[in-house]
Amino acid sequence: MKTKKITYSLNYRKPKNSYLSSDELMVCIRFYYKCTKTNKAKIIKKSTGVKCKLQDWDSNWHKSIARKPIKETDPNHKRKNKILAAKVKNFDIDEILKKVQPKSFSVNLKSGIPEGPIALKWTNHKNKINLVNPANKRLIDVIVVGTGLAGGSAAATLAELGYNVKAFCFQDSPRRAHSIAAQGGINAAKNYQGDGDSTYRLFYDTVKGGDYRSREANVYRLAEVSTNIIDQCVAQGVPFARDYGGLLDNRSFGGVLVSRTFYAKGQTGQQLLLGAYSAMNRQIGRGKIKMYNRHEMLDVVIVDGKARGIITRNLITGEIERHSAHAVVLGTGGYGNVFYLSTNAMGSNVTAAWKAHKRGAFFANPCYTQIHPTCIPVSGDHQSKLTLMSESLRNDGRIWVPKKLEDAKAIQNKTLKPTAIAEEDRDYFLERRYPAFGNLVPRDVASRAAKERCDAGFGVNATGEAVYLDFAAAIDRYGKEQVYIKGLDEKDESLVQSLGKEVVKGKYGNLFQMYEKIVDENPYETPMMIYPAVHYTMGGIWVDYNLQTTVPGLYAIGEANFSDHGANRLGASALMQGLADGYFVLPYTIGDYLADDIRTGPIPTDTIEFEEAEANVRQQIKAFINNKGTKPVDYFHKKLGKIMWNKCGMARNEKDLKEAIEEISALRESFYKEVRVPGSADEFNEELAKAGRVADFLELGELFAKDALAREESAGGHFREEHQTKEGEAKRRKEFQFVSAWEYKGAPKDAKLHKEALNYEDIEVKERSYK
Amino acid sequence: MNLILKIWRQKNARQKGKIVKYPISDISPDMSFLEMLDVLNIQLIELGEEPVAFDHDCREGICGSCSLYINGEAHGPDRRVTTCQLHMRKFKDGDTIFIEPFRAKAFPVIKDLVVDRSAFDRIQHAGGFISINTSGNTQDGNAIPISKHAADEAMDAATCIGCGACVATCKNSSAMLFVGAKVSQYALLPQGQVEAPDRVQNMVAQMDLEGFGNCTNTGACEVECPKGISLENIARMNRELIKSSLKG
Repeated sequence: MKTKKITYSLNYRKPKNSYLSSDELMVCIRFYYKCTKTNKAKIIKKSTGVKCKLQDWDSNWHKSIARKPIKETDPNHKRKNKILAAKVKNFDIDEILKKVQPKSFSVNLKSGIPEGPIALKWTNHKNKINLVNPANKRLIDVIVVGTGLAGGSAAATLAELGYNVKAFCFQDSPRRAHSIAAQGGINAAKNYQGDGDSTYRLFYDTVKGGDYRSREANVYRLAEVSTNIIDQCVAQGVPFARDYGGLLDNRSFGGVLVSRTFYAKGQTGQQLLLGAYSAMNRQIGRGKIKMYNRHEMLDVVIVDGKARGIITRNLITGEIERHSAHAVVLGTGGYGNVFYLSTNAMGSNVTAAWKAHKRGAFFANPCYTQIHPTCIPVSGDHQSKLTLMSESLRNDGRIWVPKKLEDAKAIQNKTLKPTAIAEEDRDYFLERRYPAFGNLVPRDVASRAAKERCDAGFGVNATGEAVYLDFAAAIDRYGKEQVYIKGLDEKDESLVQSLGKEVVKGKYGNLFQMYEKIVDENPYETPMMIYPAVHYTMGGIWVDYNLQTTVPGLYAIGEANFSDHGANRLGASALMQGLADGYFVLPYTIGDYLADDIRTGPIPTDTIEFEEAEANVRQQIKAFINNKGTKPVDYFHKKLGKIMWNKCGMARNEKDLKEAIEEISALRESFYKEVRVPGSADEFNEELAKAGRVADFLELGELFAKDALAREESAGGHFREEHQTKEGEAKRRKEFQFVSAWEYKGAPKDAKLHKEALNYEDIEVKERSYK
Repeated sequence: MNLILKIWRQKNARQKGKIVKYPISDISPDMSFLEMLDVLNIQLIELGEEPVAFDHDCREGICGSCSLYINGEAHGPDRRVTTCQLHMRKFKDGDTIFIEPFRAKAFPVIKDLVVDRSAFDRIQHAGGFISINTSGNTQDGNAIPISKHAADEAMDAATCIGCGACVATCKNSSAMLFVGAKVSQYALLPQGQVEAPDRVQNMVAQMDLEGFGNCTNTGACEVECPKGISLENIARMNRELIKSSLKG
């Protein structure tokens, strides 16, 4: 802090001229600081315990080094001056600041939440922030990295507003970003079903679902703009599911008591992404977006403290390129692949976010990871990724394991079939433990419950790590309904079954087909086997209300940032957040920053900052290519994944986390010594690209464990075994009601923690119960 | 399982390629086809050779990156799946498997099995959108009811993943199934009707410019399409094209 300054003074208690020169006064240390709340300079006085007569005080002592505050006329001047010097030396500014500024946890984090009641914050903020006039937008360049829902929608909207956009993706087309794989749906507080939904309820569900670890104002804004997203996407030609009257249809997702999820079969992410892609295509066709496919961002360039460009590698030719702009937006997704096995795409990576972190962007809550309960279980060591079965299946599927241990053993040995187990010998453990929400509890709760049963030996596949997701009851129910509607014979069991299967097929056909292709079992006949898998990361780059990171001009949107989902994300909220950030939030808020740049002119790329960043990138690539190792990149990635899953997975404890930190650090060292990257730097070289990504995962993984160790509570997806209730539920601690934002300081172990306090004014923080 | 792989290797777009033989052993039938190639690549790297380059990303059949021509079929012998969802249980021990890139004039090879499909993007730039601003100031999503039938049909057309299997399969390297699907999606929805005539004209013009062939109604594309996009979409595109030229 530049404003802080230490001086001595006499502690006058009344006007100076009312004292006599023989009066004795206390000497105090005066300390100036900037109040983070009001942004004004303030003074603190601290007594030194030394007294001095007015006549002995040298008020100009600071003008020369030789002069001391207490003149030689004081008989004890030597001793007193010595005490004063020692007092200053031991004066701990940070300690004092902590006491006087308890509300602002960190002096560097300003969330910038607007004043006013929560429902008006966003409107007021939009009315007050700076805008850039249309003619000036032409003079401003913006780089958008990533073309998923967040990046794609942001690029399209910024271009539409008139900015010159350069968009980058590592895939061969923006349409292949991993948002495309989202299945279930997108939430919006439309209340078309008339079942009591509202903006406040969506806000409330999201904050509660996130276990009271998200930023209230951001979540409210998200709920507020959610309805716009649906209107926007319909206008873009997204073919949402409709009912027979031609109106939009909804379904229900975990953790909520209303139906607010809009969907397009089991491919909602695909349809929304293709919508954003079409909006981008329109702008690419008009020349407002310059698209760079198969380009990977390898560094952010900071000029005079502001993000002014990026360094990329052309993945076809290997060329290293410099790109400049007035602002840089990262929509680069999450880092779930740090676990190696996850539902993320093979190419999903943390590199862009991590490079930004290394250049000054704080990384928030890295330990908040979502483990999705319904994924196809791991089948063997060769496995390269895990496949999600949409949460929507929990609308109709019932989750169970055998009640008797001997039945479970028999199933594991393949001597017993699940369909042979009688109804009373089945343990529908979610319905048993959480009667109010049943199979539709939030993801973190469902995952932990499945793990608890499997750890107790009730798992249902060869590895003992799977539970059943059973549709028999739904098929029977729908079948009977159909038979009744059509006036057919209710006693004809095979007719009921076949009609019921038809209904289930209509709802989840593509998911059932996918399951059958992968597992080679027919889920209409035998229950599906599922097990939790890493799916989404709530943590990410720290951003303020404007979605700006701690680096001015650098923004993070979608899964890449941290703000909206707290410690656990509710189903169908990722698509909502990505599009809200990209279509409706960032395009407004970025103007506030860019308004100062209308006279800046194009940013040159031949400066020392670009030079240095490019040299760094080249140096790392050269090191990989010339390394004389023997092991492929995947060897290290798989090892890292094992450490992460076993020690930083669904349940964490102090001992494991400490071991994980050591092990990851050691693995990183051996990676740089032993990795082999074949081929050369100036060609299509996937191993080289992978090496760079895994190098960053190896650093992030350690910070992840460090964060999990520091967060001594259980919240949402972060479950510390030391902190649980008697029933085994997550136990939050009031003193951890803050965001952990880590500052890069060289190695992950040296990262410095900053805290942003979370205040809940419009929601009562309660125990999160789904019982 | 033990297999013989015969894989197309090509250093880059300028050099000539050739088929190279790789024996591979101990393959589990539960592996996906791409996981089998991962095993091969790890072996090649450990031997100090260059791994086989192939496009892949989501590995759950939706991103449309993977693009292998296996034993003369786009995405291999299984139906309604992409290469990443093809499992080795579809092959027999001792099989010889030919693996080639998707071949078409408009899809030049980048390296080994990786091809450049940016022609698809350029067709979309020409008209694959509805010209609506993303300001959010549109009418309510329920303002225009859309019949369930039309919405479902539009959805079926919209499930195209843009992998290019239709082009690779077609003897004329035609992209009409791909273009027809996009044209149909918008033509079936009221929101897309305003620009329908321009859209079909522009997209078809760009398709021709990129060097894709014409449709001769063989129907191979529909059979090989991993998402089962129907041939009807080509018919609808042709109708739209004729309609738009009559309207002028």
